[in-house]
Amino acid sequence: MSGNADIYHEMIVDYSRHPSNFGKIENPTIQYHDSNPLCGDSIDIYMNVDGDKVSDIKFSGRGCAICLACTSVLTEIVKGKTIEDARKIQKNDVLGELGLENLQAVRIKCALLSLKVLKYGLYSYLASKDANADALKQEASSLY
Amino acid sequence: MQTAISVEQIRKDFPILQRKVRKDKNLVYLDNAATTQKPIQVINAITDFYTNHNSNIHRAVHALAEEATEAYEMTRDKIAKFLNIKDRQEIVFVRGTTEAINLVAYAWGRQNIKEGDIIVTTEYEHHSNIVPWQLLTQEKKAKLEYIAIDDNGELILDQLDQYLATGKVKLVAVSQMSNVLGTITDVDAIISKCKKAGVRVLIDGAQSVPHMKVDLDALGCDFFAFSGHKMLGPTGVGVLWAKKELLEQMAPFHGGGDMIREVHKYETTWNDLPYKFEAGTPNIADVIGFAAAIDYLNNIGMDYVRAHEIEITKYALDKLSQINGIKLYGTSDMSKRGGVISFNFADIHPHDLATIIDEDGIAIRSGHHCAQVLMEKLDIAATSRASFYIYNTKEEVDVLINSLSRAARLFKL
Repeated sequence: MSGNADIYHEMIVDYSRHPSNFGKIENPTIQYHDSNPLCGDSIDIYMNVDGDKVSDIKFSGRGCAICLACTSVLTEIVKGKTIEDARKIQKNDVLGELGLENLQAVRIKCALLSLKVLKYGLYSYLASKDANADALKQEASSLY
Repeated sequence: MQTAISVEQIRKDFPILQRKVRKDKNLVYLDNAATTQKPIQVINAITDFYTNHNSNIHRAVHALAEEATEAYEMTRDKIAKFLNIKDRQEIVFVRGTTEAINLVAYAWGRQNIKEGDIIVTTEYEHHSNIVPWQLLTQEKKAKLEYIAIDDNGELILDQLDQYLATGKVKLVAVSQMSNVLGTITDVDAIISKCKKAGVRVLIDGAQSVPHMKVDLDALGCDFFAFSGHKMLGPTGVGVLWAKKELLEQMAPFHGGGDMIREVHKYETTWNDLPYKFEAGTPNIADVIGFAAAIDYLNNIGMDYVRAHEIEITKYALDKLSQINGIKLYGTSDMSKRGGVISFNFADIHPHDLATIIDEDGIAIRSGHHCAQVLMEKLDIAATSRASFYIYNTKEEVDVLINSLSRAARLFKL
């Protein structure tokens, strides 16, 4: 990739116009919200947990194309996964899907906001059930 | 007679404008409402201070201290002349506009604002002219009210009349130019209304002083704040101007060195103005650098600055309005507008747009511009903002316009 504008390839632009899993879940098992104070990206993630699986996931909010594309990809990855697998998702699992591994530092927060929201959301669900839940909180706060 | 000034000559004074960005692109710097670039004269003044004169000021008697003190105080005199301030003791050096407003909120506000009082600000203020008043009114159980804007981005001043009619307003705090819409506030009307009602007025001049002639003696407000770095000067220097009688009545903001007359174990008396408000070692080098910025602006003349910005802004507004999908904010009446253009481009998020055109070397700002109250009012998350200064050219506007068409292609508009 020669320049930063190359990040605006077809997939990113398409996702920004037609995000996946966009919407709300009424009375979800897990709901979490966060925003980036400097740019105003704002994401809510909703998840239903069925047994040990994330049976459904949706998101709402607003953000730039990078933010909406990454959140779309993240929800696609999470849907149907077990909680155990969902908590193992790393930033390059999302960035790699969209060719954003070398995203410039000032935009990385746009790409990783949803992963942060996911990790905090899973933490809020697991805090009372899992002795190792704290690690999720650590990962979320150190993402960017 | 002043000789004609050309933008080409001016550009030669700014070393940063000669550099390339993003490999081989000319820098097109259109983020001047955030901070301006610095001419070599300002850079040299700071270097000269640290190379030849560095010393603390006001107390030591050695040669360096004398030179440093003289240069530091000379900036105060230059500011007095630049803004037609009659008494140099009314000029307090602070870090910037934000600190100046916080100083007033803390030192004047805590003495004068009581439960039930009203402070009035506007919907197009920067956070620095909102949050200090929120902190103060919350602490004092007072109320914060907003003058709304109309569809042109101008204040609906009838609302000020309604607030003033309550008899509870103690302060009106308003910017002289919006950093998002570029709207020039009718501060004369506001000050005249407030004077009749016996209400104090604070003017945030962060966006006005760099771009137009301001005469504080004629203006007649009570407090005035602005920053050096938005007018060719260094960061970390700003000014609070206030009427002497107010500064005399106000309690100090920070306690420490230089602001005292005598310190005893359990009591202290305050130094004379303005030193009562300049605790600790100030930002000496940058204050001295700021003087070079004022010299530079005096040399080209504020009338030239304003005329140049009107020309560039008109040109840019005209070009932008020809692009399908561009939504422009603020008035098209250039007599009421500074060199700031906020816009949105179809459904491209401003952050994406800024990233795309950065590839062409263009620096614009995207986001809420520290004016979230205004964003809420306009019902948008963000805008893109191009803001101009003395060194910007029509060719640079053309580069921006071409780059926008590249963004349109990427987003298949």
